[in-house]
Amino acid sequence: MKNKVDIAIIGGGIIGLYTAYELAKRGVENIAIYEKKYTGSGSTFRCGTGIRQQFGDGANIKMMKRSVEKWSNIGEEINFPQLKMEKTGYLFLLYSEEEVDRYKKNVALQNSHGVPSRIITPEEAREIVSGLDISEVIAASWNPTDGKADPFLAVHGLVRVLKKMGVEINEYTEVKEIKVKDGAVEGVKTDKGKVKADIVLNAANAWAKILNEKLGVKIPIEPYKHQGIVTEPLKIGEIKPMVVSFRHGGAYLTQESNGGVIGGIALKYGPTWDITPTYDFMREVAKNFSRIIPALKYITIIRQWGGYYAETPDHNAAIGKIEEIEGYYLAAGFSGHGFMLAPAVAEGMADLITKGSSTLPLEFYDPYRFQRGELREQAIQMG
Amino acid sequence: MSDDPRERIIICRCNEVTQKQIEDLIDQGITDIEMIKRITHIGMGPCQGRTCIPLVAGIIARKTGKKIEDIKIPATRVPVRPVQMGVLVGDEDEE
Repeated sequence: MKNKVDIAIIGGGIIGLYTAYELAKRGVENIAIYEKKYTGSGSTFRCGTGIRQQFGDGANIKMMKRSVEKWSNIGEEINFPQLKMEKTGYLFLLYSEEEVDRYKKNVALQNSHGVPSRIITPEEAREIVSGLDISEVIAASWNPTDGKADPFLAVHGLVRVLKKMGVEINEYTEVKEIKVKDGAVEGVKTDKGKVKADIVLNAANAWAKILNEKLGVKIPIEPYKHQGIVTEPLKIGEIKPMVVSFRHGGAYLTQESNGGVIGGIALKYGPTWDITPTYDFMREVAKNFSRIIPALKYITIIRQWGGYYAETPDHNAAIGKIEEIEGYYLAAGFSGHGFMLAPAVAEGMADLITKGSSTLPLEFYDPYRFQRGELREQAIQMG
Repeated sequence: MSDDPRERIIICRCNEVTQKQIEDLIDQGITDIEMIKRITHIGMGPCQGRTCIPLVAGIIARKTGKKIEDIKIPATRVPVRPVQMGVLVGDEDEE
């Protein structure tokens, strides 16, 4: 482990890894990542794999449009073709006129940003996923350019390219404290020793607040327990898109690359550091999933796990420069959207660090909006 | 067909992972069982790693010189045995 670096990144999840990659691509040398367990272990490996542009506000739509462009190319770019975004779409099932009205407005906004979403009929929805029970569905919001990617391959591919680019990745190395001197960052103190750094990026998501609080930086990010399940594999292609139903407990489900059905519902607990899976969750998943696709009643669940949504009060991340401390940056509190947003956030953050500004709408995620009482409209969130 | 017999030795029956796949990762420097699990999906099938995890731990120990007791076994997830969604739903939906 080096004892002096230019940029120290705290957190070896998708945000830290992707930002390191964007920085290295811009010619920054001497980058190090500190991860208290193994890369991806915090939230990335526990996520639901979805990547969508169907948000209800311009900033998230713009960011996700950029993210999808980048997700589409990253595999080729890093010479790791196994990693590819599958554009299998997101299908929001709508059951009431109010929902349809709201989604029509969202679709108009998404279309104005060049996202080809549209409202479709229940019959069209069933053509996309043949097993759907559409007896109560009155319409669906569909975007064919949304999709999913494999978080395991994303982390593996990024780690591989980062090592080639000379980025130091320190696993099982926990940052205990960020050192500050005369109002500027001096480095980080880890359980394996101290490191001097000119710039520190806190990409610790659920854990970001712990380090912030030690510096007196107050940005509200709280850990909530969310859970996921995966079933035995089914024939690939049975459930191509991410299917979402707010009527059914905020359920979301899709098939992962080996054919298993992965997903969850919006039952959350917290704030808490406990991520033990709960029986209530599994039972509610079974109930709601088998109402959306009745044949799922005959499918077995093989694994259930818990993970954190690092939530802010408006369910949008806190991204930007920390004004009180020179050289300190934050990208955390992703509220369940870190995996999908990572490429755009990384690009924006790398530009912010190297050029002082970004063309992406990072100001929407201004960490100081909470203090000023300027909360955003809550991001469309599931799971 | 390759002549490498390690391509015919199945370590994980649930997800059809061979000895060669595991050893290739270790040769690339990926020696953490948690990362091997995520890349190959060992231990994530219906048997929850009852067969493959001890075998993979053994391969890691042999190839890296680590003691087998120092290799931390990945978490076992609930349900311990696969369970049908219909069973969980129970009587509620029965007419």
